[in-house]
Amino acid sequence: MIAAERAHREAAKLLIMDAQGHLRDVPRSRLARLFNPGDLVVANDAATLPASLSGTHLASGEPVEIRLVGWGSVGDPTRFVALAFGAGDHRTRTEDRVAPPSLSAGDRFSLGPLVATIERLLGHPRLVALNFLGKRETVLGGIARHGRPIQYAHVAEPLFLWDVWTRIAANPIAFEPPSAGFALDWHTLGAWRRRGIGFATLTHAVGISSTGDPVLDLQLPFDEPYRIPDATAAAINQAKSDGGRIIAVGTTVVRALVSAEGADGTVRAGEGIAIGRIGRQTRLRVVDAILTGVHQAGESHFELLRAFAEDAALSEISALAVMGGYRTHEFGDSMLIEYQGGAPLAGDHQDRSG
Amino acid sequence: MDSNSDCKGLRVAITGGTSGLGLALVRRLAAAGARVAFVARSGPSVERTAHETGAYGIVGDVGHKGDIYAIALQITGNLGGLDVLINNASSLGPTPLALLADTQCEDLEEALAVNVLGVFRLTKALFGALAASARNEGAALVINISSDAAVNAYPGWGAYGASKSALRHLTAIWAEEAKAASVFFLSIDPGDMDTPLHALAVPDAHPSTLKRPEHSAAEIVEAMRVALLNRGTSCQAARP
Repeated sequence: MIAAERAHREAAKLLIMDAQGHLRDVPRSRLARLFNPGDLVVANDAATLPASLSGTHLASGEPVEIRLVGWGSVGDPTRFVALAFGAGDHRTRTEDRVAPPSLSAGDRFSLGPLVATIERLLGHPRLVALNFLGKRETVLGGIARHGRPIQYAHVAEPLFLWDVWTRIAANPIAFEPPSAGFALDWHTLGAWRRRGIGFATLTHAVGISSTGDPVLDLQLPFDEPYRIPDATAAAINQAKSDGGRIIAVGTTVVRALVSAEGADGTVRAGEGIAIGRIGRQTRLRVVDAILTGVHQAGESHFELLRAFAEDAALSEISALAVMGGYRTHEFGDSMLIEYQGGAPLAGDHQDRSG
Repeated sequence: MDSNSDCKGLRVAITGGTSGLGLALVRRLAAAGARVAFVARSGPSVERTAHETGAYGIVGDVGHKGDIYAIALQITGNLGGLDVLINNASSLGPTPLALLADTQCEDLEEALAVNVLGVFRLTKALFGALAASARNEGAALVINISSDAAVNAYPGWGAYGASKSALRHLTAIWAEEAKAASVFFLSIDPGDMDTPLHALAVPDAHPSTLKRPEHSAAEIVEAMRVALLNRGTSCQAARP
């Protein structure tokens, strides 16, 4: 864990808004005692790629940072959608980064041990379809050794994969961490299991949170592929039919589950592309609550929360988060928001076990 | 033995995969249809074994912290997940073997770095993938290669024995902690085998007194099959 966060992990906080709109402020370790038998927690088990590659644009000789931001074909490490920046690194705010040199189809980048070529531009001077030269396993090895996690100016010290993989991280297909999952640990999962609370995962290729360009940012989130295992779809459908509640860990889980919902309200297993924009008009039929980071009005993540609660309630929770000194970045604190208008969800076993 | 055993589709990672027991496991599992990734330090040896077996070769040193996540990423990225992890790579410590009072601290550190910390780090990095396999298929497995030196106090085997003893206990505790999540842990002592590691430790041992690593590999695959009986995809029993 990055040093600045090590001390905070134990002390992380959780702001809960229950189905009636009541707010509570608890230590995040309380998660282990929340929820009721029969409820099912669904998380995103994607591991994060070291998707930032530094190198040189060979035609101009200029330094570049290439950020892999989307799959050409899921799981194929030789084809990506990529974003190019000029000289500099994450310590400069993304919005202030130098533009890359002028890019054309056919241009090559030397990226550590790898060479990549621009297949074509994707409608913006810094967004390209990128192909790595070489065999899949050689390219994956090169990315594994040379790549660094994508990171932003609010964390100055360099991140390593162990900082950005959640405890449940499995397949490396995300470009940025499914950060709501930082709230989970094996102690909590064990406590839920003993109390009859289910746990299941899907894998969603989380994309990037910022391109540094206001026009491109409007396109975020990019199309994000997901896969829902048979066991997870079955667990969700069983929990729903038994009257249990579905708690989504992170916005990516909500997006995947809304995308995988059939006309009859059940979830289909398999692969798909997640619906980008979820907001006030979205009818949530599967997900009853979301555990997420602390988001602020205007972010696309915050927009998604409008599917769970009225704006007035979200304003209230935002105000309380600010007053309470909640940390908003991806390694920060958490919020649990129950769908407003549902029945109460958060059974808290604090007093019985304490 | 079960030379016809069928492990089709099972995703297995093996450290120390280019010599001795590790190489025998890579060959056997690849021949049985498993999807295999292996790790070793030497690029040319990795290349050779990958070419021979069709398994994914990964160059890295499990005793080096900075290599662990790059190794884990290549294992899960190449295999699309992980069902079985075999921590086989080992360091003897000082070679030739030395009495503890003659052992350099750095040699003990090296044995602990590879045999204990390396196993811990790699297993932890891959635990999410193993747990996902267990959730979706019913069970996942970690096999840590042990030794009778983990239990018996053989003079001259101090660094190795102490590290393997620590690994054995680490494995036993992890087994208790992870079994509820259906991630199973086994410590397996493959016996004294005719391998490069054994030759380093006991240069004058006659090969005919030692077990063939292929024989130990067959026993380990059988243990794997039994441990994964409740899984959807696993190894099928030998055909008579």
